[in-house]
Amino acid sequence: MISFVLRRLLQMVPIILAIAAVIFLMFSVIPGTFVSSMNDDGRSVMDAEVAARMNKEFGLDDPVYVRFGKYVGQLATLDLGTSFRTRQPVTTVLADRMWPTAQLAFASMLFAIVFGVPLGFIAALRPGSWIDTISMISAVSGLSLPKFWLGLMLMYVFALVLGWLPSFGYGDGSIRYLILPSIALGVAPMALLARTTRAAVLEIMNADFVRTARAKGMSEARMVQWHLTRNASVIVLTTIGLQFGTVIGQAVVVEKLFAWPGLGSLLVDSVTLRDIPVVQGAILVIVLFFLLINTLVDVVCAIIDPRIKYT
Amino acid sequence: MTGQALLEVEGLRIDLSVNGRRYPAVQDVSFSIRRGETFGLVGESGCGKSITALALIGLLRNPLSIGGGSIRFHGQELLDLSPGGMRKLRGSRISMIFQEPMTALNPLSPVGRQIAEMFVLHKGANWREAERQAVEALARVRVPAPERRVKDYPHQLSGGMRQRVMIAMALACGPDLLLADEPTTALDVTVQAEILDLIQELSAAQGTAVLMISHDLGLIANMCQNVGVMYAGRLIEQRAADSIFLTPRHPYTQGLVASLPLLGARSKFGRKKLKEIEGVVPPVVAFPPGCRFNPRCHAATDLCRAEDPVVTPLPESGLVRCHYHD
Repeated sequence: MISFVLRRLLQMVPIILAIAAVIFLMFSVIPGTFVSSMNDDGRSVMDAEVAARMNKEFGLDDPVYVRFGKYVGQLATLDLGTSFRTRQPVTTVLADRMWPTAQLAFASMLFAIVFGVPLGFIAALRPGSWIDTISMISAVSGLSLPKFWLGLMLMYVFALVLGWLPSFGYGDGSIRYLILPSIALGVAPMALLARTTRAAVLEIMNADFVRTARAKGMSEARMVQWHLTRNASVIVLTTIGLQFGTVIGQAVVVEKLFAWPGLGSLLVDSVTLRDIPVVQGAILVIVLFFLLINTLVDVVCAIIDPRIKYT
Repeated sequence: MTGQALLEVEGLRIDLSVNGRRYPAVQDVSFSIRRGETFGLVGESGCGKSITALALIGLLRNPLSIGGGSIRFHGQELLDLSPGGMRKLRGSRISMIFQEPMTALNPLSPVGRQIAEMFVLHKGANWREAERQAVEALARVRVPAPERRVKDYPHQLSGGMRQRVMIAMALACGPDLLLADEPTTALDVTVQAEILDLIQELSAAQGTAVLMISHDLGLIANMCQNVGVMYAGRLIEQRAADSIFLTPRHPYTQGLVASLPLLGARSKFGRKKLKEIEGVVPPVVAFPPGCRFNPRCHAATDLCRAEDPVVTPLPESGLVRCHYHD
């Protein structure tokens, strides 16, 4: 068991290295550098000598392979470099932003799980009923609503019209600020979870061993409790893990909309400014977070399902 | 209770609903099983054997439903029972073994627990006591080292072992009737014999009657006292096992018997093609008019194509549904 977890953690190392390489190469081929993006405001004119000096200072005048070599060397010592913009170590910049994003991701997934899983479950127990129809219609609409539009509508209704909740920002970090952005971010995974749960439960309802359970004289309630829930949970848990990745990816939009001081908005700003060390660091942190969540899900699934071997 | 009959099925009809229309998938099926008897139900795939068994245990699911007739168990009409009353019978008085031991057990639950559930459900035992009885139940079906096997998950057991677990489960509460729906079809031939012996031995010991469903005539001939042959949702011949295979009366039964390969036939009579009944069982929505077997029958006449034959008692006991049974 412990060796299984350790092996899974070790497997993350090559994945992270490969992703680091892809990000690095991507940002070395897209046009524009930090220095040139500083010139892009159209007002200041930077003289070529200054630009060359800045490029040298940031190490941007070296060929790609030299810079990549240096970068990998830094990574090996867990050093993510220095932000071009703030001149702070990237790790410091990220540390400030990680917690708000984690909060947002967990809160929106909590919302998605608390509403999506029971919705799908109830729908599956009564297929074709009005509950089923309503929940699946809302699931489809939840998946197709654009997040920025949903966010704006939430702001309009709950902040502007009703005045119950603050419209944007992190404020003092109280939960009141977290509610609207996590709903905006959580509706899509909720809809997907509802659908997945419904499909999983329906599939297991028709499984042979459920027929066996009925033939044993088990009531439907016992059958759901003893046989159905665990079998369905393996599928649902895997979906939850994958949805975490989607949520963090889409947090970029929601964080920007709600002025949420997380990794997403940091990422957008840093890409615009070509603050490459921060961009690379932020993406690596997001990837790491996604991998950790999914490793956790795999371990839980392996505990539930004895057919998954600890290899 | 009339005589020795444990189960009396009369005029059973099972409907298949397709787009709001109901088609009889099983029609006019009547038979009875005495206490401790082994009754065989034979026929090709799709002729209604399995759904007949599911109807007996009250497990028909959409789009299938009971369309009429009567099922009396210990003289009590099962079709009048409430769902709760039927549930009490299921597993304790009537139990069932399925064809696919691979999928019929919950993959996430140790087999011991799945057997123990029977004692918890029907005997009101607590889990510890039930788990102990599960070990005994596994020992009865001759699973080696049962006290260790109870902790195994289904995927750790072979097909034969899983079917033993199913049998242990089905017989756990000493039912009066065991429905065995092709219990050995998915197993190796060598394992088949062991499983059949086990079913026979244990049901005899407990006085359990068995409804054995199979398409394997040899198996039915060996195990059963009485046999019903089903074709396209109807019982077309019903007789004692020892006579039906010697003197089959219905052309379909004759075809089934003739299609059996005979060991040593090649050296005696030379190389010959195995006889088969040409064609396939018609789908439920497209049963032919007249006798349902007429499109495949070598002796079909205009009468067979026009008129449905009725059930006729045979002089030597037994029933047949054919215009030309003599």
